[in-house]
Amino acid sequence: MSQCSDCRSCGNAAAAVIEFPGSAAAPKTVALIGPPNSGKTTLFNRLTGLRQKVANFPGVTVEQHTGVAELADGRAVRIIDLPGIYSLEARSEDEQVAFDVLTGKREDTPKPEAILLVLDSTNLQRHLMLAAPILALGLPTLVILNMADDLRNRGGRLDLKALAVQLGAPVALVSARAGQGLDQIFDFLAGAMPKPAPKQLPVLQDVPKCRQWAGQVGSQAKYRPPVAPKWTRRLDSVLLHSVGGPLVFAAVVVLVFQTMFTYATPLHDGLQWMFDVSGGWVQKALGHSLLTSLLIDGVWKGVGSVIVFLPQVLLLFLFIGILEDSGYLARAALIADRTMAKVGLQGKSFIPLLSAYACAVPAILATRTIENKRDRFATILIAPFMTCSARLPVYTLIIAAFIPNRHLLGAFLSTQTAAMLGLYILGFLAAVVTARILKSSILKSGRTPFLLEMPSYRWPTVQSLGLRLVDRSVVFLRRAGTVILLVTVVLWVLAHVPFVNGQPAPIETSVAGTIGHAIEPVIKPLGFNWKIGIGLITSLAARETIVSTLGSIYGMDAESNAGGLQAALQHDLTRGGAVALLVFFAFAMQCISTIAVVRRETGGWKWPALQFAYMGFLAYAGAFVAFHLLG
Amino acid sequence: MQLSGNSAPAKNFEATLVDLRRGDAAVLDSIDLPGDDARRLMELGFLPGTTVTAGFSAPGGDPRVFQVDGSEVALRRETARKLKVRIPKLPRA
Repeated sequence: MSQCSDCRSCGNAAAAVIEFPGSAAAPKTVALIGPPNSGKTTLFNRLTGLRQKVANFPGVTVEQHTGVAELADGRAVRIIDLPGIYSLEARSEDEQVAFDVLTGKREDTPKPEAILLVLDSTNLQRHLMLAAPILALGLPTLVILNMADDLRNRGGRLDLKALAVQLGAPVALVSARAGQGLDQIFDFLAGAMPKPAPKQLPVLQDVPKCRQWAGQVGSQAKYRPPVAPKWTRRLDSVLLHSVGGPLVFAAVVVLVFQTMFTYATPLHDGLQWMFDVSGGWVQKALGHSLLTSLLIDGVWKGVGSVIVFLPQVLLLFLFIGILEDSGYLARAALIADRTMAKVGLQGKSFIPLLSAYACAVPAILATRTIENKRDRFATILIAPFMTCSARLPVYTLIIAAFIPNRHLLGAFLSTQTAAMLGLYILGFLAAVVTARILKSSILKSGRTPFLLEMPSYRWPTVQSLGLRLVDRSVVFLRRAGTVILLVTVVLWVLAHVPFVNGQPAPIETSVAGTIGHAIEPVIKPLGFNWKIGIGLITSLAARETIVSTLGSIYGMDAESNAGGLQAALQHDLTRGGAVALLVFFAFAMQCISTIAVVRRETGGWKWPALQFAYMGFLAYAGAFVAFHLLG
Repeated sequence: MQLSGNSAPAKNFEATLVDLRRGDAAVLDSIDLPGDDARRLMELGFLPGTTVTAGFSAPGGDPRVFQVDGSEVALRRETARKLKVRIPKLPRA
């Protein structure tokens, strides 16, 4: 702030004209900031569309969203989306980062030339409290009053000119959801961007004074708050009803699972068919050679076996996106809170844990909504126990090969479904017990208040949901195209060297086979042979890799290839060994991406190392017991 | 909500947010929590002198949603107990 204080006076005198760097210079940078639930993310998506990227601010666990907005004259403006905060007091990490970026204290981020302050116009007076510390920074600021359509529909109104005079800054009334009024933002970005000159500012450290100031500014602007959202009350009377609420909650959870297991299956099968057929064509076109083998057995089958799970993952993210954007997820957290409290966690942990059923990586990112650090770490540590979608290919393959499909409860439940359900419960129980242990020992926390703001219900926008899905697809495909591709190719090479008489070695004497044999003594007590051993090693990169690995190993072995992968597995594993393998996968932390994200989110190797060791021990012990009980 | 009869002194009834049932309103008096926690609550609208109305709750009544300063915030019982309120004299009482 200090570097502005001396140029502030001259800035005002010179009619607040700012010198822009020449056209060759980097685009100007502006920061987008606002309280939680102000519709900041929707606005960011509106302004930047697909031209955005997500990273972490180095050294801290705060996500950095940057995007590029294009002005009418073709100039580009870089927009930094800062975390949602209530004040600049710098108590939480989010607030610290926001303060540092706005004051140019972060070396990795250029100091913004201007601020776009987003406030909810339907709750203006409370949200205006954030305007005080922001305007005090002295940076050119556009005050954006979002949710204009809600304000209008519910009979609220205000005098924009009077508000602009009070704040000494331009004010724009917009609806990010409907895309109305955005031209005012572009005009501001393209224009001279004056420095703010508020009539008066309160003592920033004094919350009651800030609120009083906000109230005065509001009444000067003749702000009439809108009537209470009728539909939100009506919906809450059902969704938070003492009987209806939990019923809807249960229905939502069931629907999420139903979607993943039933509705996604045709898409999954369709993709699988496409990979099989196209692989066959390529094979025919290229004939039998070493290169074709690498292409088909290594790349095509390896990567394909992962990509077929894309529809499932996307459907789940679509679901979570709808729940979150509509405002229901906050109600779900409320309903789940008491249950979560029993294992020492809180309602906010429910959201990340539910998304962990799709993938632990976004789940661990989603723990950022938990302010209590110990609760957050406990949630991070148990999230990988939830049965993520990467376990599905493994479970599906082994269950199909070893559990005969019989009816258990008439047409409702088959033995295979029951086995799958059992594995889900197993993972869930491990998570609950671990949470209990953590919260009563190393992550025991004092009582910090549980605060959860209930947003009004809103229709999710197609654009916002679409962007989420594109985002997830990119992450998923990048993983399939990098980690998994690399592992399959490396494995293929290891399974073919050393060359004997110009011919690749048989799998048993290859480098991969040698490694598999080397670890066999360790895994023998679990009922696994050296081929499974190779699969376990490659699955350290990502769980589902074991399917493509086993596919490659058995594919190269003509003898066991005849009856397909299932028959080959039946030949190599006893039933006890198969169950042991399932238990192993339910517990073990075999996922490089998760380890990486835990390291990033907990700020070091300590927690991921502990987590990996703990889950590995549990997996080994669990598999050992399973094999010896059933084998 | 029950007031202990009309014999109570003219002074307002001393209570906490826990004592409110759905639809009851009261004026916040003080927050009996450490500085940072109290500040966080104040930023969300729980300022002394503000009217707080109890809303829906999770099954079993905990946590409960409170309407305050234009927004709705859910608090656990253990936190709500720390927010002292003055219950205005009921017109019916």
